Amino acid sequence: MTEITYVLKVEDIHKSYSGTEVLRGVSFNVSKGETKVFIGPSGTGKSTLLRCVNQLTIPDKGRVWLNGEEVVHSHNKINVYRQKMGMVFQNFYLFDHLTALGNVEISLIKVKKMNKRDAKEKAMEELRQVGMEQKAHLYPAELSGGQAQRVSIARALAMDPEVMLFDEPTSALDPELTGEVLDVMKNLAQSGMTMLVVTHEMGFASSVANEILFMEDGKILESGSPEKIFYHPEFERTRKFLSKMTELYGDLSQKNG
Amino acid sequence: MDSIQFIQEHLLPALMEGGAMTVKLILLSVPFGLITGIIIAVGRVYGNKPISALCRLYVLFFKGCPLLLLLFMLYFGLPPLGISFSPLVASVLGFVLCNGAYSSEYIRGAIQSIKTGQITAAEALGMTRFQGVVHIILPQAFRRALPGVGNEIIYLIKYSSLAYMITCIELTGAGKIVAARFFRFTETFIAIGIIYLILVSIATKVLSIVEKKLYYPGMGPTSFK
Repeated sequence: MTEITYVLKVEDIHKSYSGTEVLRGVSFNVSKGETKVFIGPSGTGKSTLLRCVNQLTIPDKGRVWLNGEEVVHSHNKINVYRQKMGMVFQNFYLFDHLTALGNVEISLIKVKKMNKRDAKEKAMEELRQVGMEQKAHLYPAELSGGQAQRVSIARALAMDPEVMLFDEPTSALDPELTGEVLDVMKNLAQSGMTMLVVTHEMGFASSVANEILFMEDGKILESGSPEKIFYHPEFERTRKFLSKMTELYGDLSQKNG
Repeated sequence: MDSIQFIQEHLLPALMEGGAMTVKLILLSVPFGLITGIIIAVGRVYGNKPISALCRLYVLFFKGCPLLLLLFMLYFGLPPLGISFSPLVASVLGFVLCNGAYSSEYIRGAIQSIKTGQITAAEALGMTRFQGVVHIILPQAFRRALPGVGNEIIYLIKYSSLAYMITCIELTGAGKIVAARFFRFTETFIAIGIIYLILVSIATKVLSIVEKKLYYPGMGPTSFK
């Protein structure tokens, strides 16, 4: 097995917050173009895990490799790695003082050092990809949640990342707005983007994921194809969680994301 | 000599000269005071422990020191130690140190009112902490700090009269000299008061234009209708 075939390798991540162990040894590998979906009850460390991957949270123990190079939290290098790992947050975190266009442009200008004209052109192209070019001159406060999240996806994509990390991208949205965000993500997965997604959208997980990882208590309890996890889960705990989700959100086989 | 003649021949020329000095003091002090305020505020919030402590000490020291005493120290107290400034430089330095300390508190409050998600998002995009602060946090914080910082600028216009105490002849000082020479205090002080009022009005107007210019949707209710 050669390591280089994996875009991302995550090994034995541990993280504690004031004595409570949130992550207790998580490892997984991600191949190019793969979509991995993390599911599981709240508070099991899924979001913390994503933040440990791009070191927004520094793990207590464990290592991460991107394209065979170890991601270390050394001052200058970490910013280069983060450019290659786009992140989308539950609460969008759009820059409030900038328009949709400004949000996408700013990292191109300040981080990639593109000139203003090229940056604008690229930013508009990214906004077009998520269907937001008409709203380019609106401020975050003037956008709906779904629109804001699409802009934040465009902002992350503008950096041409190798991996996209989605941290519950639809959890803050009204049910009728989740569809437009999931559609964008689905297209992205189909276009070959490598993605890690933390979500409670089981329909999306079953139709888009190459692999589903069920996390509980800071560990990956089991993982496998959607087929395996949804219909033949190994653990009683997984089955229970999924049936609860089905109860809440309806039969996932009826939903295609 | 009647009042009209006194005003035309003596008071106005003196006040013009003194007023020019006041404006010079203000225009030199405001930008440096602002820069100092921003640096101290950022240092306090984002600096490591020693830097943050140093910035806190700075604020404590210059808020605790009467401005007049500070000016006396800069102008009369330092030359024996081998450091001497012209009256103008000593005055501006004193105003900048003082204004920076007060402004930094408004800016710090504004920085701390900005949700952490903003800097998190900046860092996730590959910005350094410094870039995030400069390009994302400060533009938002500055806008929020503006009403308070503007107040400090208005104060500065008025306490610039203290420069007179260290022989920097500005508006109040120039007026006082003329008034004493001709024994015409009433006209003189009314005239000086009017000029301060005009200066403050101009500053208020400029500040409100800047405030309007920096407004972005989502900042909450506006005060300019």
